[in-house]
Amino acid sequence: MSHIPLQHVLIFSTALFFIGMFGMFTRRNLITLLMSVELMLNSVNINLAAFNKYLYPQQTGGLFLALFIIIIAAAEAAIAIAIIINLYRSHHSIDVDDATEMKY
Amino acid sequence: MPASAIFFYVIATVILVTAILSVTTRRIFRAAIWLLFSLMGIAGVYFWLDMNFLAAVQIVVYVGGIVVLIIFSVFLTQGSGQSLPVPAKFRLFFSALAVLLGLAFTIWILQGFGFLATAPDVPAVEMREIGKTMLSVQSGGYALPFELVSILLLAAMVACIAIAMKIPADKKND
Repeated sequence: MSHIPLQHVLIFSTALFFIGMFGMFTRRNLITLLMSVELMLNSVNINLAAFNKYLYPQQTGGLFLALFIIIIAAAEAAIAIAIIINLYRSHHSIDVDDATEMKY
Repeated sequence: MPASAIFFYVIATVILVTAILSVTTRRIFRAAIWLLFSLMGIAGVYFWLDMNFLAAVQIVVYVGGIVVLIIFSVFLTQGSGQSLPVPAKFRLFFSALAVLLGLAFTIWILQGFGFLATAPDVPAVEMREIGKTMLSVQSGGYALPFELVSILLLAAMVACIAIAMKIPADKKND
Protein backbone atom coordinates (compact mmCIF):
# COMPACT_ATOMS: atom_id res chain seq x y z
CA MET A 1 0.00 0.00 0.00
CA SER A 2 2.79 2.41 0.89
CA HIS A 3 4.18 2.51 -2.66
CA ILE A 4 1.21 4.02 -4.46
CA PRO A 5 0.87 7.80 -4.37
CA LEU A 6 -2.46 9.08 -3.05
CA GLN A 7 -3.11 10.77 -6.40
CA HIS A 8 -3.44 7.44 -8.19
CA VAL A 9 -6.11 6.24 -5.77
CA LEU A 10 -7.96 9.55 -6.15
CA ILE A 11 -7.75 9.42 -9.95
CA PHE A 12 -9.10 5.88 -9.87
CA SER A 13 -12.05 6.89 -7.69
CA THR A 14 -12.70 9.94 -9.88
CA ALA A 15 -12.83 7.68 -12.94
CA LEU A 16 -15.31 5.41 -11.16
CA PHE A 17 -17.45 8.42 -10.20
CA PHE A 18 -17.60 9.66 -13.79
CA ILE A 19 -18.43 6.17 -15.08
CA GLY A 20 -21.42 6.24 -12.72
CA MET A 21 -22.29 9.70 -14.01
CA PHE A 22 -22.14 8.45 -17.62
CA GLY A 23 -24.65 5.80 -16.60
CA MET A 24 -26.88 8.48 -15.07
CA PHE A 25 -26.79 10.48 -18.33
CA THR A 26 -27.41 7.66 -20.79
CA ARG A 27 -29.70 5.20 -19.01
CA ARG A 28 -33.45 5.63 -18.93
CA ASN A 29 -34.33 2.60 -16.82
CA LEU A 30 -34.82 3.19 -13.09
CA ILE A 31 -32.94 0.07 -11.97
CA THR A 32 -29.87 0.90 -14.06
CA LEU A 33 -30.02 4.48 -12.75
CA LEU A 34 -29.93 3.02 -9.24
CA MET A 35 -26.87 0.96 -10.19
CA SER A 36 -25.12 4.11 -11.42
CA VAL A 37 -25.88 5.85 -8.12
CA GLU A 38 -24.37 2.91 -6.25
CA LEU A 39 -21.18 3.20 -8.33
CA MET A 40 -20.91 6.91 -7.53
CA LEU A 41 -21.45 6.33 -3.80
CA ASN A 42 -18.78 3.64 -3.83
CA SER A 43 -16.26 5.94 -5.46
CA VAL A 44 -16.88 8.48 -2.69
CA ASN A 45 -16.30 5.76 -0.10
CA ILE A 46 -12.97 4.83 -1.68
CA ASN A 47 -11.99 8.48 -1.48
CA LEU A 48 -12.85 8.70 2.21
CA ALA A 49 -11.06 5.45 3.06
CA ALA A 50 -7.95 6.48 1.12
CA PHE A 51 -7.79 9.92 2.76
CA ASN A 52 -8.22 8.28 6.17
CA LYS A 53 -5.42 5.81 5.48
CA TYR A 54 -2.94 8.19 3.87
CA LEU A 55 -3.36 11.39 5.84
CA TYR A 56 -4.66 10.36 9.29
CA PRO A 57 -3.86 6.66 9.71
CA GLN A 58 -4.29 6.76 13.51
CA GLN A 59 -7.86 8.05 13.35
CA THR A 60 -11.12 6.48 12.21
CA GLY A 61 -13.09 9.46 10.85
CA GLY A 62 -12.99 8.43 7.19
CA LEU A 63 -13.83 4.86 8.04
CA PHE A 64 -16.92 5.85 10.00
CA LEU A 65 -18.10 8.30 7.37
CA ALA A 66 -17.76 5.57 4.72
CA LEU A 67 -19.61 3.17 7.01
CA PHE A 68 -22.54 5.54 7.48
CA ILE A 69 -22.66 6.23 3.74
CA ILE A 70 -22.90 2.47 3.12
CA ILE A 71 -25.77 2.19 5.63
CA ILE A 72 -27.67 5.13 4.14
CA ALA A 73 -27.08 3.75 0.63
CA ALA A 74 -28.65 0.49 1.75
CA ALA A 75 -31.72 2.33 3.06
CA GLU A 76 -31.88 4.38 -0.15
CA ALA A 77 -31.69 1.27 -2.36
CA ALA A 78 -34.48 -0.41 -0.40
CA ILE A 79 -36.76 2.64 -0.71
CA ALA A 80 -35.91 3.06 -4.38
CA ILE A 81 -36.80 -0.53 -5.16
CA ALA A 82 -40.10 -0.21 -3.27
CA ILE A 83 -40.89 2.86 -5.40
CA ILE A 84 -39.83 1.03 -8.58
CA ILE A 85 -42.12 -1.91 -7.81
CA ASN A 86 -45.00 0.46 -7.06
CA LEU A 87 -44.36 2.37 -10.30
CA TYR A 88 -44.24 -0.88 -12.26
CA ARG A 89 -47.59 -1.83 -10.81
CA SER A 90 -49.27 1.39 -11.94
CA HIS A 91 -47.45 2.00 -15.27
CA HIS A 92 -46.24 -1.49 -16.32
CA SER A 93 -42.91 0.13 -17.12
CA ILE A 94 -39.97 1.47 -15.13
CA ASP A 95 -38.70 3.75 -17.86
CA VAL A 96 -38.37 7.31 -16.54
CA ASP A 97 -39.78 8.69 -19.81
CA ASP A 98 -43.07 6.88 -19.16
CA ALA A 99 -43.71 8.48 -15.76
CA THR A 100 -44.47 12.08 -16.69
CA GLU A 101 -47.71 12.83 -14.80
CA MET A 102 -46.05 15.38 -12.51
CA LYS A 103 -43.96 16.99 -15.21
CA TYR A 104 -46.06 20.01 -16.13
CA MET B 1 7.32 -2.71 -8.61
CA PRO B 2 6.27 -4.47 -5.39
CA ALA B 3 3.43 -6.95 -5.36
CA SER B 4 1.00 -4.70 -3.47
CA ALA B 5 1.35 -1.94 -6.10
CA ILE B 6 0.69 -4.42 -8.91
CA PHE B 7 -2.32 -5.68 -6.97
CA PHE B 8 -3.75 -2.16 -6.77
CA TYR B 9 -3.37 -1.45 -10.48
CA VAL B 10 -4.82 -4.83 -11.46
CA ILE B 11 -7.83 -4.48 -9.19
CA ALA B 12 -8.41 -0.85 -10.23
CA THR B 13 -8.42 -1.93 -13.88
CA VAL B 14 -10.85 -4.75 -13.12
CA ILE B 15 -13.18 -2.38 -11.24
CA LEU B 16 -13.16 0.25 -13.98
CA VAL B 17 -13.72 -2.26 -16.79
CA THR B 18 -16.59 -4.00 -14.99
CA ALA B 19 -18.11 -0.62 -14.07
CA ILE B 20 -17.99 0.50 -17.73
CA LEU B 21 -19.57 -2.78 -18.81
CA SER B 22 -22.21 -2.34 -16.11
CA VAL B 23 -23.30 1.07 -17.40
CA THR B 24 -23.09 0.21 -21.11
CA THR B 25 -24.41 -3.35 -21.48
CA ARG B 26 -27.86 -3.69 -23.04
CA ARG B 27 -28.97 -6.61 -20.88
CA ILE B 28 -30.15 -5.39 -17.48
CA PHE B 29 -29.38 -8.67 -15.72
CA ARG B 30 -25.81 -8.60 -17.03
CA ALA B 31 -25.50 -5.04 -15.79
CA ALA B 32 -26.39 -6.26 -12.29
CA ILE B 33 -23.79 -9.04 -12.49
CA TRP B 34 -21.07 -6.65 -13.70
CA LEU B 35 -21.99 -4.32 -10.85
CA LEU B 36 -21.53 -7.27 -8.48
CA PHE B 37 -17.96 -7.83 -9.73
CA SER B 38 -17.22 -4.13 -9.48
CA LEU B 39 -18.42 -3.96 -5.87
CA MET B 40 -16.40 -7.03 -4.93
CA GLY B 41 -13.34 -5.38 -6.45
CA ILE B 42 -14.00 -2.33 -4.28
CA ALA B 43 -14.01 -4.63 -1.25
CA GLY B 44 -10.61 -5.77 -2.50
CA VAL B 45 -9.45 -2.15 -2.52
CA TYR B 46 -10.51 -1.84 1.13
CA PHE B 47 -8.54 -4.97 1.97
CA TRP B 48 -5.58 -3.47 0.15
CA LEU B 49 -5.98 -0.29 2.23
CA ASP B 50 -5.83 -2.49 5.36
CA MET B 51 -9.41 -1.65 6.35
CA ASN B 52 -10.72 -5.13 6.97
CA PHE B 53 -13.89 -4.07 8.77
CA LEU B 54 -14.96 -1.75 5.95
CA ALA B 55 -14.26 -4.50 3.40
CA ALA B 56 -16.40 -6.94 5.37
CA VAL B 57 -19.24 -4.41 5.58
CA GLN B 58 -18.91 -3.75 1.84
CA ILE B 59 -19.26 -7.45 1.04
CA VAL B 60 -22.13 -8.03 3.45
CA VAL B 61 -24.18 -4.92 2.62
CA TYR B 62 -23.46 -4.34 -1.07
CA VAL B 63 -22.66 -7.76 -2.50
CA GLY B 64 -24.94 -9.67 -0.17
CA GLY B 65 -27.73 -7.14 0.16
CA ILE B 66 -28.09 -4.42 -2.43
CA VAL B 67 -27.11 -6.45 -5.50
CA VAL B 68 -29.46 -9.27 -4.49
CA LEU B 69 -32.21 -6.68 -4.01
CA ILE B 70 -31.48 -5.23 -7.47
CA ILE B 71 -31.54 -8.70 -9.07
CA PHE B 72 -34.86 -9.41 -7.37
CA SER B 73 -36.36 -6.20 -8.68
CA VAL B 74 -35.01 -6.98 -12.18
CA PHE B 75 -36.85 -10.30 -12.11
CA LEU B 76 -40.00 -8.70 -10.69
CA THR B 77 -40.18 -5.96 -13.32
CA GLN B 78 -38.14 -6.80 -16.44
CA GLY B 79 -37.29 -10.46 -16.72
CA SER B 80 -33.69 -11.40 -17.43
CA GLY B 81 -33.75 -11.69 -21.20
CA GLN B 82 -35.11 -8.30 -22.21
CA SER B 83 -32.74 -5.84 -23.88
CA LEU B 84 -32.70 -2.13 -23.05
CA PRO B 85 -33.13 0.33 -25.90
CA VAL B 86 -29.98 1.91 -27.31
CA PRO B 87 -29.78 5.59 -26.28
CA ALA B 88 -29.83 8.24 -29.00
CA LYS B 89 -26.51 8.99 -30.70
CA PHE B 90 -26.41 12.65 -29.68
CA ARG B 91 -27.16 11.78 -26.07
CA LEU B 92 -24.33 9.22 -26.00
CA PHE B 93 -21.94 11.67 -27.62
CA PHE B 94 -22.68 14.59 -25.31
CA SER B 95 -22.75 12.38 -22.20
CA ALA B 96 -19.32 11.00 -23.07
CA LEU B 97 -18.08 14.51 -23.81
CA ALA B 98 -19.36 15.91 -20.49
CA VAL B 99 -17.96 12.97 -18.54
CA LEU B 100 -14.54 13.10 -20.19
CA LEU B 101 -14.29 16.86 -19.70
CA GLY B 102 -15.28 16.51 -16.04
CA LEU B 103 -12.77 13.70 -15.55
CA ALA B 104 -9.97 15.68 -17.19
CA PHE B 105 -10.80 18.78 -15.12
CA THR B 106 -10.85 16.85 -11.85
CA ILE B 107 -7.57 15.07 -12.63
CA TRP B 108 -6.01 18.42 -13.54
CA ILE B 109 -7.05 19.82 -10.15
CA LEU B 110 -5.80 16.70 -8.34
CA GLN B 111 -2.38 16.98 -9.97
CA GLY B 112 -1.96 20.45 -8.57
CA PHE B 113 -2.30 19.30 -4.97
CA GLY B 114 0.80 18.46 -2.99
CA PHE B 115 -0.44 15.36 -1.22
CA LEU B 116 1.93 13.20 0.75
CA ALA B 117 3.68 10.99 -1.79
CA THR B 118 3.20 7.65 -0.04
CA ALA B 119 1.27 6.29 2.90
CA PRO B 120 2.93 6.39 6.32
CA ASP B 121 3.76 2.92 7.54
CA VAL B 122 1.66 2.52 10.68
CA PRO B 123 -0.36 -0.52 11.77
CA ALA B 124 -4.06 -0.63 10.96
CA VAL B 125 -6.62 0.53 13.53
CA GLU B 126 -7.75 -2.50 15.48
CA MET B 127 -11.27 -3.87 15.30
CA ARG B 128 -11.58 -3.49 19.07
CA GLU B 129 -10.81 0.21 18.72
CA ILE B 130 -13.42 0.62 15.95
CA GLY B 131 -16.10 -1.03 18.08
CA LYS B 132 -15.28 1.11 21.09
CA THR B 133 -15.34 4.31 19.05
CA MET B 134 -18.64 3.42 17.41
CA LEU B 135 -20.49 3.04 20.71
CA SER B 136 -18.62 5.67 22.70
CA VAL B 137 -20.52 8.64 24.12
CA GLN B 138 -17.30 10.50 24.89
CA SER B 139 -15.91 13.19 22.62
CA GLY B 140 -14.93 11.59 19.30
CA GLY B 141 -17.40 8.75 19.73
CA TYR B 142 -20.11 7.87 17.23
CA ALA B 143 -22.97 6.77 19.49
CA LEU B 144 -25.36 9.52 18.34
CA PRO B 145 -24.97 8.97 14.57
CA PHE B 146 -25.16 5.24 15.24
CA GLU B 147 -28.55 5.66 16.93
CA LEU B 148 -29.76 8.09 14.27
CA VAL B 149 -28.84 5.64 11.54
CA SER B 150 -30.65 2.82 13.29
CA ILE B 151 -33.79 4.97 13.48
CA LEU B 152 -33.34 5.80 9.79
CA LEU B 153 -33.09 2.11 8.91
CA LEU B 154 -36.24 1.37 10.89
CA ALA B 155 -38.09 4.22 9.16
CA ALA B 156 -36.83 3.00 5.76
CA MET B 157 -38.03 -0.52 6.51
CA VAL B 158 -41.51 0.67 7.50
CA ALA B 159 -41.63 2.99 4.47
CA CYS B 160 -40.66 0.16 2.10
CA ILE B 161 -43.50 -1.98 3.37
CA ALA B 162 -45.93 0.94 3.19
CA ILE B 163 -44.92 1.90 -0.37
CA ALA B 164 -44.73 -1.57 -1.88
CA MET B 165 -47.83 -2.95 -0.15
CA LYS B 166 -50.59 -3.92 -2.52
CA ILE B 167 -53.95 -2.43 -1.59
CA PRO B 168 -56.81 -4.87 -2.29
CA ALA B 169 -59.24 -3.67 -4.94
CA ASP B 170 -62.26 -3.61 -2.62
CA LYS B 171 -60.49 -1.35 -0.12
CA LYS B 172 -59.06 1.10 -2.61
CA ASN B 173 -61.88 3.64 -2.40
CA ASP B 174 -62.07 3.81 1.40
